[in-house]
Amino acid sequence: MRQVFVPILAMIIFLLFWEGLVWVNDWPNYKMASPSDLWPAFWRFKGLFLTFGWETLWRTVVGLLIAIAVGVLFGMVMGFSKVMREGLYPLLVGFNAIPKATVVPIVALMFVGQHDLNTVLIAFMISFFPIAVSVSIGLSTLEPEYRDILRSLGASQLTIFWKIALPKTLPEFFGALKVAVTLAFIGTNLMEIVSPHGRGLGALFDSGKTNADYPLMFAVLIALAVLGIALYYVVVVLEKIFAGWAERSTD
Amino acid sequence: MNILNDNDLIVIDGVSHTFNTNSGNLPVLDRLSLSVPENGFSAIVGPSGCGKSTVTRLVAGLLKPDEGSVWLQGEEVTSPRSTVGMAFQNPVLLEWRSIIKNVLLPLEIVPNDLSASDRESRANDLLKLVGLSGFEDKRPSELSGGMRQRASLCRALVHRPEVLILDEPFGALDAFTREDLWLTMHRLREEEPFTGVLITHDLREAIFLADQVIVLSGRPATVQYIQSMPQQGPRSLDQLYKPEANEMLNILREQIRIARKGEEPAA
Repeated sequence: MRQVFVPILAMIIFLLFWEGLVWVNDWPNYKMASPSDLWPAFWRFKGLFLTFGWETLWRTVVGLLIAIAVGVLFGMVMGFSKVMREGLYPLLVGFNAIPKATVVPIVALMFVGQHDLNTVLIAFMISFFPIAVSVSIGLSTLEPEYRDILRSLGASQLTIFWKIALPKTLPEFFGALKVAVTLAFIGTNLMEIVSPHGRGLGALFDSGKTNADYPLMFAVLIALAVLGIALYYVVVVLEKIFAGWAERSTD
Repeated sequence: MNILNDNDLIVIDGVSHTFNTNSGNLPVLDRLSLSVPENGFSAIVGPSGCGKSTVTRLVAGLLKPDEGSVWLQGEEVTSPRSTVGMAFQNPVLLEWRSIIKNVLLPLEIVPNDLSASDRESRANDLLKLVGLSGFEDKRPSELSGGMRQRASLCRALVHRPEVLILDEPFGALDAFTREDLWLTMHRLREEEPFTGVLITHDLREAIFLADQVIVLSGRPATVQYIQSMPQQGPRSLDQLYKPEANEMLNILREQIRIARKGEEPAA
């Protein structure tokens, strides 16, 4: 009961504060739209919100899934081999340090017109780094005794990975995945905003900008926040199922 | 001093080993020879960092000696074998498994023809023996340090290994819990036949649990002194506080002092 009530109350307080802030300062729409301006915007473009919201969501999820696959693979390679870790780490750090906003036009030019591919690609590129790092750290910090217990029984490397290394890394993995979810949304939207004739919520935001429809721009931001929260909690549920053991009861 | 006997279950014959570290070569063992008879229980003591744990890794087949050989039951050890059980200072239980699932882990790896229910009753018997009945379905995080170590002992024994290797298993426990676990060890020895090697820093623990106490010299380690215990098998804690026990402790303490002296660079 409390778990549902407290977040909702917090959200209502936030919206009231926002509405009040705009009202007190008497800000016009183009400076800051208030929550009461958003409903009409949502309603007017409800069809677009649904189709574009779906567009943004599936691209983000696909990008994230690729990020998980590639990130786990890199993480495993770096976690098990010191040489690979030494070789790959600087490359990955350098790649991650490049602001993705600068990569967006490059990718857009590279695959002109492939809007879906471009968007998924940026979502993937921006979000795989934390996953790779967390998996590699999880694997490389596995206490040697764990390995010895299984190795002394004649277990293969694969068995050790499957029975110990993988489950032991899951809490770190899910921690990274929570960060990656938000990053993937940023990636998707970067591309959607920049691409001409794009689709998705980012494109809707851009058209709001072009048409000076400020409430629409704010409404898009709220829609993105809602999608972000939803996907985040999907990860939380998965974490509870697969790594719930890592949570200590606080009672 | 010929301590090697071909009939012994564990034979370490003239083993030398050197680790290559960043700061150069580090010789840890120097022509070390020792043996443990079948169903015997030997404690290995020595200055810290003298290579005691290296001895256990050699016996378990996790490490190959540079020189010399290690034999189990007349067969040379060249790779890990499932006839060994290990327990460490860190109980390394798998946090995502219940206690009984932790104990069952070796049976998932070692080839055996036990049915699922046979495995479980085997694990349950062991848990009962160490006083963990009723905790089968708890998570390791719900248990105290002593209880985790008991579960770790069960896991080390569940596949009926011939050799049990204990690497300072009670080192992190408080004094009372440690004495409880010593008694548990004697109970296990009565019920489960195994040949034991115990690495420890605690001389009292060594003379209470072992049939013979082997003192290693400082690094690179070799056998410096062997003390056979007058009493083999189970004994009571009272004996540990008798003058005879103190006398033996003094002898061993003196040996450790000599071992540590040998370690210091000559002035």
